[in-house]
Amino acid sequence: MTTTTPTVPIGTTSLEPDVRRGLYRTMVLIRTYEEAIRREYYADKGPGFDIGKGLVPGEMHLSAGQEPVAAGICAHLTADDAVTATHRPHHLAIAHGVDLDAMTAEIFGRETGLGHGRGGHMHLFDPATHFSCSGIIAEGYPPALGQAFAFARRGSDRVAVAVTGEGAANQGAFHESLNLAALWHLPVVFVVEDNDWGISVPRSASTSVPSNAARAAAYGIPGVRVEDNAVEGVWAAAQTAVARARAGEGPSLVEVHTLRLWGHFEGDAQGYRPDLEGVAGRDPLPTYRAALEADGVLGPTEAETIARAASDRVEAAIAAAKAAPLPDPAHATDYVFA
Amino acid sequence: MTTTQEPVAEQAHGTHRMTTAKAVAEGIATEMRRDPSVVYLGEDVGAYGGIFGATGGLLDEFGPSRIIDTPISETAFIGLGIGAAVEGMRPIVEVMFTDFMGVCLDQIYNHMAKIHYESGGNVSVPMVVTMAAGGGYSDAEQHSQCLWGTLAHLPGMKVVVPSNPYDAKGLMISAIRDDGPVVYVFHKGVMGLAWMARNDRAVGDVPDEAYTVPIGKAAVCREGKDVTLVTISRSVHHALDVAERLADEDVSVEVIDLRSLVPLDRPAILASVAKTGRLVVVDEDYQSFGMSGEVVATVTDVDPHLLHAPALRVANPDTPVAYARTLEQAILPMPDRIEAAVRRVLAT
Repeated sequence: MTTTTPTVPIGTTSLEPDVRRGLYRTMVLIRTYEEAIRREYYADKGPGFDIGKGLVPGEMHLSAGQEPVAAGICAHLTADDAVTATHRPHHLAIAHGVDLDAMTAEIFGRETGLGHGRGGHMHLFDPATHFSCSGIIAEGYPPALGQAFAFARRGSDRVAVAVTGEGAANQGAFHESLNLAALWHLPVVFVVEDNDWGISVPRSASTSVPSNAARAAAYGIPGVRVEDNAVEGVWAAAQTAVARARAGEGPSLVEVHTLRLWGHFEGDAQGYRPDLEGVAGRDPLPTYRAALEADGVLGPTEAETIARAASDRVEAAIAAAKAAPLPDPAHATDYVFA
Repeated sequence: MTTTQEPVAEQAHGTHRMTTAKAVAEGIATEMRRDPSVVYLGEDVGAYGGIFGATGGLLDEFGPSRIIDTPISETAFIGLGIGAAVEGMRPIVEVMFTDFMGVCLDQIYNHMAKIHYESGGNVSVPMVVTMAAGGGYSDAEQHSQCLWGTLAHLPGMKVVVPSNPYDAKGLMISAIRDDGPVVYVFHKGVMGLAWMARNDRAVGDVPDEAYTVPIGKAAVCREGKDVTLVTISRSVHHALDVAERLADEDVSVEVIDLRSLVPLDRPAILASVAKTGRLVVVDEDYQSFGMSGEVVATVTDVDPHLLHAPALRVANPDTPVAYARTLEQAILPMPDRIEAAVRRVLAT
């Protein structure tokens, strides 16, 4: 029952270079994606800002800054494992291997999207990778229990990873899920992305304990907290938690102190946020790139090559989404029943 | 994103022109100044001013001991509101979206709404629950629902749904002063938010003083003689737009803004239908088992012969509110569907 933090300081890791390169590549792909979606989101919202306008309308919650969580956790998963994500799901979907074209088409509200344009960016469902997400806080935790239950019943070593933000750890669904998963030894890894902010409310004003990892003790399961948004710390913590779940030893909780690089949603001026000036300096991408270059894991031009490949992939997905057909309004009531 | 369309500008003495969001906040402030037992709790209601602007500026005036940011723990803070109300306070508690009521519905419908009855009238729960409702901006299935029909279906709480700034302030004051629980639903599209499509009907003149709009009293917001359009909230705006357009063709449409669902102003519905003989009900909520059926039954229960043509309903076709604009616009009761229904009921 550990409740301490097994942080792996950057630069002193024993991770294989290929693993480290892979983590970086995933992080870059996510960031490239979020930057491109942000560009497309704002492209046609004017004059002024009308949230309902443009090729990508509605609320948009982007995950820039939280790449280390997705990369570090999903590195231990295969498409047979389940992930349930939140209203801010893109980084986890990408890291878990959701088809980028189908996901992008969904975000653009196209017939070729994961949900034929019905769900949009907060409601991505991909049976091929057992990925799902929900726009309701903490409500992704309980379904992960059921996926884990099904995996265990069928005798497999597959696991379910349930992700929420730190604000969700004050919901009943969070605590009920931890208890039930612990009681039934379900193969679940609970992940808390602590980005310090529940929209405008700081963690200090919402949560009675400094670390949600400490709450794991209340349910008799291991809880660890990874500080400094350290991707290799996440990787190490997830390795232990996933292995425990696969071995049938039950759930664990991993909290990561991560970073909301941008607003809660696009258009959020963040006037409530006193830490805004320091945010850019905490960006995990340049930090990790510098560490890998210093260690010789990335060659002199390798980061540029990775960035270019990511950009090509993302722009191809966006171009395909824009060219795809819009859903036919005559079929608006399809899919209500099975 | 809490800024509103129009700055508050002085007009005639004693009134100000403002958005519905500002009028909601002003109604709350008016009562908070008068009654120290009023507090406002919810997520992002303090420094942010409410995601939909309902508490804009209130933190500055009343401070964090009365404008209270909560954790994302709706069951706990709605229950807290119930307990505080039972002890004589008058809390207002915000559930950010009606869609989110699912995480805390037990406190709302099994506790807040039933305590007065269960206690044989010995325990009152004078609290207000505010919720933002409605779609039209591609926020998809979990952030676009109305659900006022669900709330109205459950006994023990009043349900008010203002469509304009004047009613928003007056109904808020009435809700706070009510000795029982009131759910106060504001449609995002009537709030006058700068980050949504411009809506001139979301701005209006509001008296400075404290005044009440009675709960349970509908408003005839446009008189007519050929057909009655009964509706609520954002759909009132669409109904008025359609009525104005049809007036050019000498079609006279009466528009009734119910303003409250519970209690429902049945006499107002009956009086109008007795005059026009034709009824179209417009509701952005799911059609079946909801407001639109209740309005039609209000007429047929009393005298089906008041209707010279079958009543028509324009509502959500019992489908989750889709993300893609093409689908969402087909699902919502937009003006073209309302106009078609009016033409159809007149042709019958």
